[in-house]
Amino acid sequence: MPPAIRCRSLVKRYGDKVAVNGVDLEVEPGECFGLLGPNGAGKTTTVEMIEGLYQPNSGSIELFGLAWNQGKDREIRERFGVQLQETQLADKLTVAEVLRLFRSFYRRGRAVDELITLLALEEERNRYFSRLSGGQKQRVAVGCALVGDPELLFLDEPTTGLDPRARKSLWSIVEKYREQGRSVLLTTHYMEEAAALCDRIAVLDQGKIIALGTPRSLVDSLGMVQFVEFEVARPLDEGALSALPSVAVLTSRGQHYRLRVDRSLQALTSVLAELGRQGVQPIGLSTHQATLDDVFLHLTGRALERAAQEGA
Amino acid sequence: MSENPHPLAELVKARLREFLREPGYVFWVFGFPLLLAIGLGIAFRDKAPELPRVAVVAEADPTRTSALFSVPTRLRSERLPRLEAERALGRTKVDLVVDAREHDVLLRFDPAQERSRLAREVVADVLQRGAGRTDPLGVSEQHVSEVGSRYVDFLLPGLIGLNLMGSSMWGIGFNLVLARKRRLLRRYAVTPMQRAHFLLAYFFSRSIFLALELALLVGFGKLIFGTHIRGNPLDIVVLAVAGAASFAAISLVVGARLDNTEVANGWMNFVMLPMWILSGSFFSYERFPDWLRVPIRLLPLTAVNDALRAVYNDGASLAGVGTELAVLLGWGIVGFAVALKAFRWQ
Repeated sequence: MPPAIRCRSLVKRYGDKVAVNGVDLEVEPGECFGLLGPNGAGKTTTVEMIEGLYQPNSGSIELFGLAWNQGKDREIRERFGVQLQETQLADKLTVAEVLRLFRSFYRRGRAVDELITLLALEEERNRYFSRLSGGQKQRVAVGCALVGDPELLFLDEPTTGLDPRARKSLWSIVEKYREQGRSVLLTTHYMEEAAALCDRIAVLDQGKIIALGTPRSLVDSLGMVQFVEFEVARPLDEGALSALPSVAVLTSRGQHYRLRVDRSLQALTSVLAELGRQGVQPIGLSTHQATLDDVFLHLTGRALERAAQEGA
Repeated sequence: MSENPHPLAELVKARLREFLREPGYVFWVFGFPLLLAIGLGIAFRDKAPELPRVAVVAEADPTRTSALFSVPTRLRSERLPRLEAERALGRTKVDLVVDAREHDVLLRFDPAQERSRLAREVVADVLQRGAGRTDPLGVSEQHVSEVGSRYVDFLLPGLIGLNLMGSSMWGIGFNLVLARKRRLLRRYAVTPMQRAHFLLAYFFSRSIFLALELALLVGFGKLIFGTHIRGNPLDIVVLAVAGAASFAAISLVVGARLDNTEVANGWMNFVMLPMWILSGSFFSYERFPDWLRVPIRLLPLTAVNDALRAVYNDGASLAGVGTELAVLLGWGIVGFAVALKAFRWQ
């Protein structure tokens, strides 16, 4: 079975600006692949080239082993479903009508009723699209992507702007779809989302893939580390703290401190001992494992949330 | 695995639903032209022509002017004291003053006023006959006020033309811009939907509305104003389809690339406003200077209006409006060609 997606050296330029700068991607059948990065990293451009909306300036794209513009475009489109960023589907059509309309475009697909149940939109079935909440609209958008019973699903920042509950409900729809062994290409700037859904992740920054692997391996690439966070009521001697052999990085924001330390008991004890020596009482002390956010910070020197805002 | 709706049917249904569920659209396409027809039809309804108003000087001998009071269908005469009569003439409250003098009758009026000159003819005629003149030649009159030559007969085909233009431009061109702005076009572009189905859906939904609009305006004209199609009603349908296709092509050009509704709004008005003014929907473009008439007749709305009027009021055949049909065909072909080249799904 050919890979669901295979891209080689994709390049897309807009005037002088290089939006995508030599991206290689391979998504295996049944895999959920995440493109992670801040806004403006080139995620959407990459995905929209793969979907056939734009032509790359150079590089090759194959879906299911088929290339665009070889007379197979329609066949390719029959086999994938797309949720695009910021699409406003028809305001004055009901949920059922919108799904039925999209269903009609595909030769084979899922029954509208079955889909409405999957999306948990039974009560909204006859409500106008414009009267839905943000989360419900997004579920309809994903429903339109699923209506052709695709082998490959494109999700472009599906949960941006949604509250945590709506986000979880969308994730569960994606997980149900994945149970059938289908493939997903997901873009997101939420690390948590990538970690929850994806088998593999490519971290994209300024049009290039800067890291690729499973969420676990990316986190482990930081080494055997953990993070200690706490607040203090009065200033402390930062120099002495970061001089400890087990402390790799110290960052602070006001009275809030964050230390990257070895993943060992000794590391913790030495930090606590140093705080004790300085007579400082840590407030809300916590330790946690490294996350994908830490990976991004490590790779780019920028926090992802901040990078996302810069791009926006 | 599941029922398989036909994409073209679903697209047409979607277009119809979106239209009918938007009260604003329905009003502008169906309500507004009817209101225009009612308003203008009433304002310019044909009234009985006003009779010449004559003041007869009361101080003079009444016997010689009594004839003027025996023809109420030709004159409105009243006796006024001389001073008052003079004042009424000065203020054009009357068109002419009659003063019977010793040897003749003096008619005072302003020859620059058309109505005064008419009054002079009528008064002179009535006075001469009253004095015993007999005419050597008998003259009979037949009065004509026929359906087909009233203002409303002129107006109704013009309103049909305006409506064809408005609903094609807004219903297709603007709708496309809106769909592109909402990124709906690109959403369609990543489905296996056939591009031809998408455009055909516009064609069919427009045709359905076209039939409704036509039936409404033609029926309304017949019912309220008694207008009557002298030519073949089927020719009206053919002309309406040709006109709608022509405007559809132009609106596709406007809607081919724009994704900003404000800018699109400007372009729509840029295209339509000159035709509103120039194409003779409300009054004849014969009033414009000679050199403007050829360009005016090349406008699609002018062609539609002229052709519709020719069939409606003069009973022309399609062959008789060949020039107009050629103009419409030209706009249609050029428009579609340009739109096809320029069209963007993004």
